[in-house]
Amino acid sequence: METNSKQYKHCDLVNVSGRVDSSTAPKLAEELNKITGSGRFKIVIDLQGVEFLSSAGLRVLISTQKNCKRYNRGEVVLAAVPANILAVFELAGFTSIFKICDDALTAVGTF
Amino acid sequence: MPTQTFPGRYASLEKIASFVRQSAESIEMSHAEVFAVETAVDEAVSNIIEHAYQGEDKGDITCTCTTTPDTLTVILEDFGTPFDPKQVPLPDLYSPLEQRQEHGLGFFMMQKWMDEVHFEFCRDCNRLVMVKHKEKKD
Repeated sequence: METNSKQYKHCDLVNVSGRVDSSTAPKLAEELNKITGSGRFKIVIDLQGVEFLSSAGLRVLISTQKNCKRYNRGEVVLAAVPANILAVFELAGFTSIFKICDDALTAVGTF
Repeated sequence: MPTQTFPGRYASLEKIASFVRQSAESIEMSHAEVFAVETAVDEAVSNIIEHAYQGEDKGDITCTCTTTPDTLTVILEDFGTPFDPKQVPLPDLYSPLEQRQEHGLGFFMMQKWMDEVHFEFCRDCNRLVMVKHKEKKD
């Protein structure tokens, strides 16, 4: 799994690619915690390059969303979700707790 | 009947996925079916490491794949503490964000994405048998 982050004026954009499983999810958590730890809670996660995402990855997304939405200070918006991963989100009931945009540009524009 | 033994650590997940994928692709399962099997196996192996072995590098995991023209059976064996995921409450997928539990999704996905999931607790090992049938094409 690879991640890279970019800080924009109104939000942070995190690009994720590869496999997000129990082995790599801690690295994603670390990347996201770095952003929230510095007081920024508006985050777009671009999942375009993600090939696989297990429940370990889902846990990272839920806990980050909880953290960001606390005190109404922000939100995690997901972008460019591949079809297989979208099926995981639907199964896990994520579509009601995350805004999902077609691409990163649209997601950044929601902030 | 291909069988391979892997060290019980998270770094094995990708290797086990690749091993199982070969069997799934050998019977020409669809991309979505291969993904479903891979997800279920990943969740099962993560559960073994986390619950049966209670950590990494405590024991091995043996994976066996058998196929018929339209069925893939994956058997995972470990030698740790018997762990029955059926004891884990199913996640509430409709509750508001603040009440969402972060655990329980793994076993739920195994059940949803495989056609059969059985646990056998033997004297020497714990055995998980998961079966996936290919969708029939009309």
